[in-house]
Parts: sequence; C-alpha cells; structure tokens
Amino acid sequence: MAKQKDIQHPEYQTAPMTRRRFVGRLLTAGGIGGAVTYLATAPEGWPLSMKDKSGLRSQPVLKPFTLQDYRVAKPSGAADIGIGRYGEPVEKLRRALDAIGGLTHYIQPGDIVLVKPNVAFDRAPNLGATSNPELVEELVRMLLVDCRAQEVRVADNPIESPADCFAKSRIREATEQAGGRVYLPDSNAFKMLHTPGADLIRNWWFFHRPFTNVDKVIGLAPVKDHNLCSASIGLKNWYGLLGGTRNQFHQDIHGIVSDLAIMIRPTLTILDGTRVLMKNGPTGGDPSNVKAGDAVLASLDPVGADAWAFEHLLERGRDYPEYLAKAEAKGAGKVDWSGRIKEITG
Amino acid sequence: MRKLGEYLAAFSIRRALRITNIRILSQAFFFFIFLFSVWATWTSRVGGYPVSRLLEMDPLVMIATMLSTGHVYRYLGWGLLVLALTLLFGRVFCNWICPYGTLHQFVGWLFNIGTGKKRIEDNQYRPIYHLKYVILIIFLLMAAMGALQIGLLDPICLMYRTFATVVAPATDLGIDKASEAAHGVGVDTLWLDNLKFGPGVERRVFVGSFWIAVMLFGLVAMNVVIPRFFCRVLCPLGALLGVFSRFALFRINRDVHKCTDCNLCLTRCEGASDPQALLRQSECFSCMNCIDDCPEDALSFTMLRQDTKQVKLAPDLSRRKLVFASVAGVLAYPFLKNHGVNTDEHFSPKLIRPPGSVEEDQFLAKCIKCDQCINACPTNVLQPATYEEAGIEGLWTPVMNFRIGHCQLKCTLCSEVCPTGAIRKITAEEKLGKGAYAEQGPIRLGTAFYDLGRCLPHAMEIPCVVCEEVCPVSPKAIQTKDVEVKDVFGKVVVLNKPFIVPDLCIGCGICEKECPVRDERAVYVTAVGESRSDERKLLLKHREVVG
Repeated sequence: MAKQKDIQHPEYQTAPMTRRRFVGRLLTAGGIGGAVTYLATAPEGWPLSMKDKSGLRSQPVLKPFTLQDYRVAKPSGAADIGIGRYGEPVEKLRRALDAIGGLTHYIQPGDIVLVKPNVAFDRAPNLGATSNPELVEELVRMLLVDCRAQEVRVADNPIESPADCFAKSRIREATEQAGGRVYLPDSNAFKMLHTPGADLIRNWWFFHRPFTNVDKVIGLAPVKDHNLCSASIGLKNWYGLLGGTRNQFHQDIHGIVSDLAIMIRPTLTILDGTRVLMKNGPTGGDPSNVKAGDAVLASLDPVGADAWAFEHLLERGRDYPEYLAKAEAKGAGKVDWSGRIKEITG
Repeated sequence: MRKLGEYLAAFSIRRALRITNIRILSQAFFFFIFLFSVWATWTSRVGGYPVSRLLEMDPLVMIATMLSTGHVYRYLGWGLLVLALTLLFGRVFCNWICPYGTLHQFVGWLFNIGTGKKRIEDNQYRPIYHLKYVILIIFLLMAAMGALQIGLLDPICLMYRTFATVVAPATDLGIDKASEAAHGVGVDTLWLDNLKFGPGVERRVFVGSFWIAVMLFGLVAMNVVIPRFFCRVLCPLGALLGVFSRFALFRINRDVHKCTDCNLCLTRCEGASDPQALLRQSECFSCMNCIDDCPEDALSFTMLRQDTKQVKLAPDLSRRKLVFASVAGVLAYPFLKNHGVNTDEHFSPKLIRPPGSVEEDQFLAKCIKCDQCINACPTNVLQPATYEEAGIEGLWTPVMNFRIGHCQLKCTLCSEVCPTGAIRKITAEEKLGKGAYAEQGPIRLGTAFYDLGRCLPHAMEIPCVVCEEVCPVSPKAIQTKDVEVKDVFGKVVVLNKPFIVPDLCIGCGICEKECPVRDERAVYVTAVGESRSDERKLLLKHREVVG
C-alpha cells in the first residue's frame, strides 16, 4: 500500500482481457492464418489450392470455342452454283438465288442470320474494293421480308477505321435502310476459335460477338485482284472475321485462305460480280481499276464459285490460285465447277 | 411522406429560382455541352456540328493566336462573346460557363466539408493569387514573339485535352467491361456502344496520357488545400478576364450601412474576392453565393447603386511584379526556341504532323494543344507528342504514330475540328490532290522507307508484302520485284520484294501500321518529304506516271 501514491489516476478502472475474447481472437487469427496457409501451400490437386509449383498453372487458359456447320442441304434438282445475269444488280441477285432453289429454302422463319460483306477499306462503292451496298440492302430485305428472319446482322473487321469503312462503303446505310443491324469490332468482340484441321489457325482470335446465337451465315464478297494471292473472292472474304496479328498470314497466303475455307462452313456464298476490281487490288483506289461485271453468283460450294469467278469475272483463265486446290484438299469444296452450274439470264 | 409534406410546405418558387440555383443550372448546362462536344467529336457523329465551339469562344485563344499569327482564324471571333459578357458582368464565365471551373467547384463542394470558420479562412484572399497574372503575361509575351504555350494551362484546352486522352478512353474501357459482363449473362448490350466516346474500335490509347491524368488529378486534388486552386492561382484565362472585368457594368456591391462585418459572405466565396471589405473586382467570379449568404441583405449585384469607394478594380500586381513577369516572358521565348529539338536543322523523323498542318513554325504559333484533332481521329494514329518528337515547345501537340494507326485516305476530320488553323481546314479533294488541286498534288505527310535487314522477303526469303497490299494510292507507291528463289531449305518460293516509289508515296503510314515485324517495323514513315515544308522536302520533283 506504500506505493499507492505512485499510481496515477487511482480512480481509473482497467478492462482486462477476458478468456472468452482471448479464445475468440486466437481462433480468428488461427482461422485466417490456417486458411491462407492452406491456400498457399496445399498440393496442386487439392481443392481450392492456389499452389503453382511450375509457374505454368497461373498462365491463362483460353477455352476456344468451335463454330457450328451452317450449311443446309439443297433442294433436289437445284444447282450448286447459281448465276444471275442481266438487269439491275438486285435482279441478278434474285436470279442467282432462284437458281439454287430460292433463299427461302435455306433460311427458316425466326432464324438469326449473319451477313458478312467485305468492308475492308474506307472506300466508296464505285471503287470496287468493298461489297456492293445495293446487294447488301436487297439481301437483308429478302432475309427479313421473304424469309421472315428474326434478325439480320452485318459484320466485318475492316483494316481501316470500322465506323468509317461502314459509312464510306455505304454498307451501314444499306443495312439499316433494310432493317438489319451492323456489328463493329470492339474490345469484347473477339474470342479464341478452334478450327480442327486448320494449319495456321487451329486456335485463333475470331470476331465472335455477332455470331452469338446465329443460325445461318451468308458471305457476300466482291471479286478483286490481289497482288500476293492473285485473287480475293469468296474464301478470302472470311479473313475479315479474324482478329489478332493477322498480318503475319501473308507469309503463307494460300495456307491461310484454304484454312478460312474450313474455318467457316457458310450457308451460302454470294459473289458480287457487278463491279470487278481488275488491278491494283485489293485496295483499288481509282475507278479505272474497276470493270463493270454482269453476274452475281450464289453458291453452296465456296471453292467452285471462286474458281468460276476467277476464270470468268477476273478473266484469268484456268491457272487458278494455289489456295483453291488446297481448300479442295481440306474438304471445303470442289474446284471443278463444270456441270454444277445453273445460269438464269432473265 | 410527412417529410415530403414539410418540404412542400416550405417550398417557395422565389427561393427555388434564386440566382445561385440558376447559376448551377447554367453550369450544368455548359458542362453537359462540353461532354456532348467531346462525345460528338467522333467520325460517325460529328457531321458539321460545332464540336470545338467552347474552344473557339475562349478569348484567351483568340487574343493569344492574334498575337502569335496576326490573324483571327475561322470561328475564333466567338471569343468576343465571352469578352462582352465580362464587360457586362465581370468574370461570369468562370462560374457560370467554364466546365473546368464547374469541375473544381463540384469537387470542392464534395470534399471541403469544414466548419464555417474554416471555410471563411479558406476563402480569404491570399497574395499567391496574383500568380495567374504573372503566368498570363509570360504566355502573352511569348505568344507575341511566336511561341504559343497558353494551351498548357488554358482551362478549356486543358479540359478538352484531358477528356480526349484520359477520361474518354477510361470511360470506354469501363463501358466495355460492363458490356462484357452483361453479355456474359445473355443481355444484348449493343446499345451501350452509343454511350462510348469512340465506339466500334477495339481500344484507343494515347501515348504519355498518364502524365495528363496526373496533371488532372493533381490540380483537382489541390482543391482540398486551397478551394478553386487552379482558378484562383493558375488560370491564365481567368487572369485575362480579371483584367477586363474592371470595366464591367455590374458587380457585387456592399452596403456599408447594412453590413455588420460578420464575414459570412466568405463562407462560399468562390473567387476569394473579399466581398466583406473592398471587393477585388478582378477576383470575383460573380457566383452570387455571397448575396445568398448575407443575413443582412447588404450585398447586391448591381450597376447603378455601386459604392465606388468599396472596390479595387485592378489586379493585385505591383509594378515590380509586372516587370518581373515581363522579363520572364521575354526570356522564356529564346530559351524555348533555342532548345533545338524541333528546328529545320534538327527535327525528329517521328515529327509527322496531320494532313492540312501548316509549316512547323506556323504550326507552333497556332497549336493550343487542345487535342481535339486527336479526339476526332478515327484510327487513333494522332497522338499527343512527347518530348522525344516535338521537344518541350511541342509537348502534347498532335503527331502521327503509325505503329498505332494510319492516316485514312479521305478523312479530314482533324482539320475540321481544329479551332486555330494549326491544321488548316482542307477537303478530301485537296488532301488527295484531285480536281482543282491536281497541279499541287496530294498532301504528303512524310515518306516510307524500308529496313531491308528486317523485311521478310528481302532478308529472309519469306513471302509477305502486306505493305504492298494495303498501300491505298493508285497506282501503288509500294511495288514489288518478283523473283523465284530456292530458299535455304531447298524449296522454291516466289518472293515479291517490295520497294518504295517515293514520287507516289503520301506518307499515310498504313504500310508501317500493317507490317508484321511488330517492334521495329521493316517499313516505316519518316517526316522527310512532307509537303507542308520547303525545308523538309525530299524529291526535287515528282516523276509522273505515264499512261
């Protein structure tokens, strides 16, 4: 008691730690510590383990998706390749489609349809570097009105500014006029696609967003000169669905184009032979590079259609580009178009 | 419900429509106009709208470019409107219109929650507030000699630059993430694209924009230390309007007979303009808060009943400081110009200006670094220049970076939105040298060159020529020499070896953009050969294509 007076504030009561609180704190600390220790050190196979012994486990795993086969069997008696001639471009388109059994055979009411035109460059339609907007408009309208499709989407991943390319080529205007929707590539647009049997793009970034829930796919490609692979027609058109560093594919252009032929199995391939870019392709840039064509093709076989267009629209004889034979070897179609063609000339 | 009833009972139209509320409406309106302008500056939206009008009605832009060029470009006469407003009502621009001022006031309102006493202290005038006049004098003197630097601190330029290069891409990133998440649970999110500043592209990046973000964050954060720090201490536009506001017809006036010296008028005084004593007219933002806060009705915003003894009209700038500012301004010019990073003798090969740009000296006398061109650019090729390309003087002026994008053949958007004519308004016809411009030829941004040691067909027997494929001019400026060789593995390959025809090259940069040698491109564009400058030309004459 002698030291009592050394204590400051003698009236102050301390609140000592209770056993209950001590145990509680111990359990909390032990629980958190134990859980963290488990997560960090449990062997890799154990549930919730975060251990990564090799450093490989933490590498992102991309789950590639696969595309379905969009093909539809043709009606009996119809040709593989239909060619429409004479009159306005839209009349040619209708005749070409009639030759393969009519568009309504291929598209069911309620389908969601994706149309893939070539909108690669910021070019006016008359320069022949992009698909003819009149055909886009007519096709979208036929799909919505004649075939009663639920929705028609128009998409491409251009080389230049997407908004500008769709505007300058007038394809946005044409699509929206007819009631379709334009999909531009944005940061969410690409997913990893697995293509069995492909040489170069077994797994590659693919413009996926417009493909969500799609039932039918139609390619609508212009016919163009191409310095490196001689011609950019229906097969090369699918290049516009690739993302990633696709410019390296020029190191094996025939390999990539034949891969594209099996990457996607479209319902139909339509070739726009109304303006043929004869030289300075695939960009063109001068009206003098363009020749007025007089045919539109609608085809179940993208390989045969390209071969015919190479020979008759680009007028380059039968010295076909190497990628066509490669595509045939991969099972995408047949180069030899003879006997599989029906022409309707009005 | 009862609370709502009470609220309704206390509601009075007079009170709801009081002048400070109308001021807030005005600020919200102009802030929205600003946001809308940035949003609308996009290739699919812009179609002739005056998206740069807030810049064009900035009187500091008008006066400084007048000093640096001797002319008033296109719509810059709109600056007179703000000057006229100032001559009527003082610095109303600062607190009724300026979106940057609104941003600062809003942030201060959110974070400066102090006691009344603390706020009265914060809003007292401090001598440091004269600094903006020093800055203004330095900038204007430099402008008069030909070096335009107002854009560094002019609030409208600063605001556009920051939103274009920092806020817009950040917003777009956020929208994309939200869209991805919603798409994941099956919601159709295509409409979200309409909210994005740059819809339909994978992503936009702006070189060095981190530092622009740091500047934004730092200046906004300073509001916690000194309310309206930027507006009171740094803003050269505010200083300019402060100088003009001495002639204003209307101003805040204190009725000394009613005033009890309670200092409550300082609680929310935005300008720190001493309404409780001799009003500092050059500092007053005409925010009207003091009128709201005065319990004695001693303050009014008036023309005729002014007490001429109760005001200081001129800025707080002694003759000594004026001399100091002038000397600093005069010296800054040679310091900047003799730095030697951007002269005709020594300039960066990467200093590639957008099409329509005037010759470099003139460009530097006109560009206000607002970066509207960069905002408008659909391919993201336009970038704010860093020290490396344009030196200190050209910091944040537009340069083309062909690793990120390329200049689209028929696009002239940057020239359409430029408020000062650093990029002169051109048509696609003039850009391509067609029609009436056939004689002078196309606008050339630079010239493409090959690094043969890195080019796949040239150096490694591997076919490629993406560059030739994408070359947009007709006939192509990249042509090929086709050779069949047996490669090192014994396989016969056809190599299309590309080469440049400089006479046809317009320097659009798409070859560099698309070159698969992704780090140091095998084909690249440098500034030499640009048609805007006689000093930086390459060819004596451009050979013609025959036939």
